[in-house]
Amino acid sequence: MSDQNSLLETDIRGYLEAHENKSLLRFITCGSVDDGKSTLIGRMLYDSKMIFEDQLDALESDSKRVGTQGENIDFALLVDGLTAEREQGITIDVAYRFFSTDKRKFIVADTPGHVQYTRNMATGASTADLAILLIDARRGVLVQTRRHAFIASSLGIRKLVLAINKMDLQNYEQSVFDDIESDFIEFAEELATGIEIQAIPMSALEGTNITTKSEQTPWYDGPSLMEYLETVPVDDDRLNAPFRLPVQYVNRPNLDFRGFSGQIPSGTVKVGDRVKTLPSAKETTVTRILSGDQDVQEAMAGESVTVCFADEVDTSRGDLICTAESPAQVADQFQARIFWMADDKMLPGRRYLMKIGSKTVTAQVNETKYRIEMSDLQDRPARDLSLNEVGVCTLSLDQAIPFDPYNEIRETGGFILIDRLNNNTVGMGMIDFALRRAGNIHWQSVDVNKEAHSAQKNQKPAVLWFTGLSGSGKSTIANALQKRLYSIDRHTYLLDGDNVRHGLNRDLGFTDADRVENIRRVSEVSKLMVDAGLITLVSFISPFRSERRMARNMVEDGEFVEVFVNTPLNVAEQRDVKGLYKRAREGKIKNFTGIDSPYEPPTEPEIEIDTTKVSADEAAEIIVDWMKERGMLG
Amino acid sequence: MGGTLKNLTHLDRLEAESMHIMREVVADAERPVMLYSVGKDSAVMLHLAMKAFYPSKPPFPLLHVDTTWKFKEMIEFRDRRAKETGLELLVHSNQEGIDAGIGPFSHGSALHTDVMKTAALKQALDKYKFDIAFGGARRDEEKSRAKERICSFRTAEHRWDPKNQRPELWNLYNTRIRPGESIRVFPLSNWTELDIWQYIRRENIDIVPLYYSAKRPVVEWEGTQIMVDDDRVPEELRKTAVEKSVRFRTLGCYPLTGAVESEADTLEEIIQEMLLTKSSERQGRVIDRDQSGSMEKKKQEGYF
Repeated sequence: MSDQNSLLETDIRGYLEAHENKSLLRFITCGSVDDGKSTLIGRMLYDSKMIFEDQLDALESDSKRVGTQGENIDFALLVDGLTAEREQGITIDVAYRFFSTDKRKFIVADTPGHVQYTRNMATGASTADLAILLIDARRGVLVQTRRHAFIASSLGIRKLVLAINKMDLQNYEQSVFDDIESDFIEFAEELATGIEIQAIPMSALEGTNITTKSEQTPWYDGPSLMEYLETVPVDDDRLNAPFRLPVQYVNRPNLDFRGFSGQIPSGTVKVGDRVKTLPSAKETTVTRILSGDQDVQEAMAGESVTVCFADEVDTSRGDLICTAESPAQVADQFQARIFWMADDKMLPGRRYLMKIGSKTVTAQVNETKYRIEMSDLQDRPARDLSLNEVGVCTLSLDQAIPFDPYNEIRETGGFILIDRLNNNTVGMGMIDFALRRAGNIHWQSVDVNKEAHSAQKNQKPAVLWFTGLSGSGKSTIANALQKRLYSIDRHTYLLDGDNVRHGLNRDLGFTDADRVENIRRVSEVSKLMVDAGLITLVSFISPFRSERRMARNMVEDGEFVEVFVNTPLNVAEQRDVKGLYKRAREGKIKNFTGIDSPYEPPTEPEIEIDTTKVSADEAAEIIVDWMKERGMLG
Repeated sequence: MGGTLKNLTHLDRLEAESMHIMREVVADAERPVMLYSVGKDSAVMLHLAMKAFYPSKPPFPLLHVDTTWKFKEMIEFRDRRAKETGLELLVHSNQEGIDAGIGPFSHGSALHTDVMKTAALKQALDKYKFDIAFGGARRDEEKSRAKERICSFRTAEHRWDPKNQRPELWNLYNTRIRPGESIRVFPLSNWTELDIWQYIRRENIDIVPLYYSAKRPVVEWEGTQIMVDDDRVPEELRKTAVEKSVRFRTLGCYPLTGAVESEADTLEEIIQEMLLTKSSERQGRVIDRDQSGSMEKKKQEGYF
């Protein structure tokens, strides 16, 4: 620092030139309660002169008042922020610290070590290039250490510093250091491959091997901690990975400019490159790259850019722009590792929002394959996951998304799960691979698309989803509507619950699970018909709101029209056209909607028909009018 | 960048991260706004926003909470920058506070800040129903801010609950909120004071001249050198005014912002002085100087 300081005093411009071109390293520190982590960070801040005199005054007075180092400065007090935790003497969250040397700027994520704070460590590790694992030389490699190493490697950190601290209390014995190092290396072989480990003997309290090599450890021939942090290569893997750009924002100030903005997670892109946008799978050429307000010829991982295309390719927020040579996969089912971060358990079958890149979709955990017990890192059978638990699960989404496995590209393989009711971030996950063949089948883009089909038919395709009790009059009304639409030359198709069960769904019964699958298949079929430009009428009891929502989410906004055929149970039962209510009451039919299985009425249907007030033909007319008003009939 | 790829510097990375945050948050927001305090951090934030949305204009207005005690030069600068950028500028002052004659000299710094800044900000956010408010706070400014998230969630009453903040993984921000709730978003979270100055220099960003040293009339008040910016400085104080070469390291209400004696009138000299100085940036702010943890309390109450 002394050379730099004189440069600072005599040649500020020279100093600034040197400091403007520093690189950035983000790292995380983890350790158990008394390993001296806060002391280490405080020491690094202090040694890099990031502490001002007024802060030092406060530190000295705090050290005397609540410090644990007697009359000496308690560096830990520099970094223990919130008052509540200062009183408790523990760190309870992730804190970010900043310091820089002549070579690098550092961002430190300081995370607590307790078992219950796995979530905080995972948070800090998600943006880190490197992890410092603190070990108390008197205690060696603990369960805690292994757990931290496991979390760090799970999140893709490939550089670990084993900071063997408090060596002063072990008289700087080489054998103590060697034993701990070999103990850890043996364990680390079970972790992911390609991990680099640098063990350093140190004393944060005495400043040994922190900034410079100490004479206390003549037997140690490696770098001091700061020497290592200043020179370790910042991951260039992402530069060599294929180009990706998750579209955050479509920039369209006027008709002459249409750009797609985002931060490049991997690879490089040049003007003239062929790219493919997913999931549409359309190919085009990059014609412009804007880095801020400057036109550039190429851009690389880490930059926030805006790109323009040669062709009008339909691309929106949530899509992924890839190099055409090596595009991402597209799938809707995955195996993933999930870290659970909420007090409410993760339940298989429950739907969560999943955010990956700039895309948000609905996801359901199908199955927890196993959970990883944090105390011994062994697999244990599990159905659900509780706070701070880690498991391997299968997930299915309501639509296919582009992705890369997490260990190839972090940003296109990492996701968060959001509770749909309280909006909290409840879990984080890392995609391992796509399930079944979905991953390798790319969506085929076709030239005669939905727009072409519907233009030919002079109509807007839609799904008219009739829901209501058995015998409410759904099929009668749907039939009347179809006749009416046919008479004015509109192209329709009617999917009837009973008819479909004779063919496509003949293998399904009436359990809740089968009902869900029944609706899923019909939703998929109606989606294809909408794609073909048809006005699709679906007449299904579809008693559950969640499944109707699933059907709604499969098509585009405005294409799903929920028609609630509202007939009170007693009226439907009185009509009992098919004699089914009678048999259900007699117990001859199980799981009959309205009798021993619930019907959840729509809360906000687009259209509601009260069959006690209007006839089937009148109902059809109401629906036709509704469609005309919205321009759906050309 | 020219034709060949070079390594991204720390400033490049910070810039890219801030732009990412702004675009991501705005994409899902209903009514975003940028809190523009006219200081150097606001200047950098505005510059980044212009870049992030170029060639469009940033799709949000600027909001300045005017305590009516800001330096005159700040107000001139503010109006000029709004004009130059073409962004809509909203200015809000707490009319009740004005009617009650609240001011730092008569009521003290704490009450003045509470009424004219904290309460005024809440009023403005409620008035325009903003769901997202960008602010220029940085994590390196104060110890309790080191744990502040980039997206900080506030209840419908604008309270910050340290126990109820969301984890931020990778660069994924969960910005879903219920009606009435809002998010304060800090795109400069990972910048340090030095980064801000280096970036201002690299990008040639316009800042209020008060940051540069000049001869200014100052008086000693409550242990701080304050500038006599207008006649509201009490007469007996004004009589003691002396011309000194001073500049300001932070800008706020003129009676609450301490001047430092300095000859630094170029960016380079400012940075040099900053790096050689022995006191931290916020020290010039009267409001922070009570007991430890004060900023945390302020934050829970809704001060930035």
